[in-house]
Amino acid sequence: MGLDIRWPIGLMFTLIGALLTGYGLLKSDVSMSLGININLVWGVVLLVFGAAMVIGAMRGGAAKK
Amino acid sequence: MQPIQLQWIDYTILIAYVAFVLGIGWALARYMKTSADFLTSAHSIPTWVTGLAFISANLGALELVGMAASGAKYGIMTAHFYWVGAIPAMIFLAVFMMPFYYGSKARSVPEYLKMRFDERVRALNSVAFAVMTIFASGISMNALAKLLNQLLGWNYDLALWICSAVVLLYVLKGGLTSAIYTEVLQFFMIVLGFAPVVYLGLKDLGGWHAMNQSLQTVATHTVAPNGTQYAANAWTSAWQPLLAGSAHNPMGVDLFAMVFGLGFVLSFGYWCTNFLVVQRAMAAKNMAAARNTPLVAAVPKMIFPFLVIVPGMIAVALTSIPGKGYRIPPPVIAEQAYAEAVAVVKSASPANAAVAVTTIGIDLGKKVDSVKLTSLITDNAAKKLTDAQIKTGIYNSIAEYDYDGVILSLVKKYCPAGLLGLALTALLASFMSGMAGNVTAFNTVWTYDLYQAYFAPGRSDKHYFWAGKVTTVAGILLSIAAAYFASRYNNAMDIIQLVFGFVNAPLFATFLLGMFWKRTTGTGAFLGLFGGIASSALFHAVTTAGTNAPGVKGGYLAVLQTFPSEMAQNFWLAGFAFTVCFVLTLTISLATKSGKTDEELTGLVYSLTPKIKSTDLPFYAQPGVVGVVLLICCAVLNFIFW
Repeated sequence: MGLDIRWPIGLMFTLIGALLTGYGLLKSDVSMSLGININLVWGVVLLVFGAAMVIGAMRGGAAKK
Repeated sequence: MQPIQLQWIDYTILIAYVAFVLGIGWALARYMKTSADFLTSAHSIPTWVTGLAFISANLGALELVGMAASGAKYGIMTAHFYWVGAIPAMIFLAVFMMPFYYGSKARSVPEYLKMRFDERVRALNSVAFAVMTIFASGISMNALAKLLNQLLGWNYDLALWICSAVVLLYVLKGGLTSAIYTEVLQFFMIVLGFAPVVYLGLKDLGGWHAMNQSLQTVATHTVAPNGTQYAANAWTSAWQPLLAGSAHNPMGVDLFAMVFGLGFVLSFGYWCTNFLVVQRAMAAKNMAAARNTPLVAAVPKMIFPFLVIVPGMIAVALTSIPGKGYRIPPPVIAEQAYAEAVAVVKSASPANAAVAVTTIGIDLGKKVDSVKLTSLITDNAAKKLTDAQIKTGIYNSIAEYDYDGVILSLVKKYCPAGLLGLALTALLASFMSGMAGNVTAFNTVWTYDLYQAYFAPGRSDKHYFWAGKVTTVAGILLSIAAAYFASRYNNAMDIIQLVFGFVNAPLFATFLLGMFWKRTTGTGAFLGLFGGIASSALFHAVTTAGTNAPGVKGGYLAVLQTFPSEMAQNFWLAGFAFTVCFVLTLTISLATKSGKTDEELTGLVYSLTPKIKSTDLPFYAQPGVVGVVLLICCAVLNFIFW
């Protein structure tokens, strides 16, 4: 309906992914998460997911035209 | 449990989520031109979106919290709610029932009932649904506000009103479409927010196999309330404890109750008739999309047990391993009580430990582990421990569990700031999404099935569009009222939920007969449904469960049967009500005349509807075929966790 849902999903997760990645790089506190810098790792995962959604939305828009 | 301290990153994630959710509402506002746009999304949503919204509408925070709790209490057997219950029902809905819901062009489930039967059945269903859905919304919001209060120290009223305001804003702007979009957003938040917790928990235990071994050790050391010793696989096997009988599994149910009561009656009753979920499928673009919606939803639904049930099992395993510094949280106890207990420990000595232990148990008002307490007293006598250390020792010795606190306690344990914000926002998202889903379903049923049908028929569409907006506000306010009611009157809420159970149990019989037997009449359906509800109440009045005394939990007229557990009582009640409704509807239909001609029923009943020929779809994409494939996958899962 007008707004392709992939835009808000993609943008939000790209933003949150970037935030977490940045925070993970700044403060790598691995004491709680069993030695893994989970903010960094998961932040990157979210970034990739968000980017994939945004790319999907852009191609979806292009296909219509 | 102790409140969590949030850092700026956590608040940022939370604010980002709220901003996006409001933004979605604003962006959709320009597309809301008719009441159909606002209330039913006017058949415009792509399949993958309706599919994810379909399960998301059901996946509220109460489900997240509840499934983790059940996973801790019952182990992998909890997966039956998904693998025996939900999946077959969703497939049945997709293959057999969607053609009638969607093909009839009904705008809601009650409207389908009006077309198939008559106004009486529609009225009964829509009134019951409207009331139930508002209470469900209120329960959800009350749980959210309480959680924010306990966990983050936020003021209950503020939390309730602010969260409700956010929901109001985006639903008022974008209607059902807003709710659906945010439900999909919530789905991804939940998966991405909780997957790391499950991963870290399993890693901490040393893997899936190691977790199972811990659970087997727990099982062999646990004795059932009725005295039987559990087998080693009580937490790790889905079917064997069930087949062994109700005395041998922690849930206390037998095979028939599980398969017929839960698997058939309750699950089909919910997934196939509850407008909250069916509404999402009805919002699809076309018939094929509508039929595919539940099928698309079935795929993540099959995998969800690993996300929501496994945390409970992880918690049990972690608690049983001493070095992990984790225990399933005890019930909330006042600080005052802890302070008294600490004082007792400090003044006790190993000689009079037994007396001290009893005193502490009384101070706290809970059962305590005397071995742990005695060793704490001994430790304190040997080397003076700090107050904080003593308090921790007491905390660890409490032998009662607040299972609802499991998922949050795991989040607290493994999530550093950042990921913590993500997980908490996911939880918040699912509560708010629950309210939005319930309010949009209420909105459609009230505006079309009650207001337009009985109070103000024949007005312009603009009027009903306006009515829809007013109802949104009213729905939110009523939900808030229901939330306050839930927070004040715990017992009353239990009664209300009981009544809803009575109403839901016989429902599927009505739909089954209505859709597949053209001879079913309006009178038969109405009286059958009524009789079914009455029989639920009667069944409940003459049975009890476990050690419950007669009263709110049942058996207040007489006790003809006692079930091993409340779940067992519930499942048998469902089976009984379904059967009564089925038999009544059938016999009364045979004795009465239908008010509808065959022509009027075309497209509403199986025998009078042309079979859908999906010739433009390849064989493997036909709903029936996809359904069979999904059932096979589900069977494989059941087999793996046999």
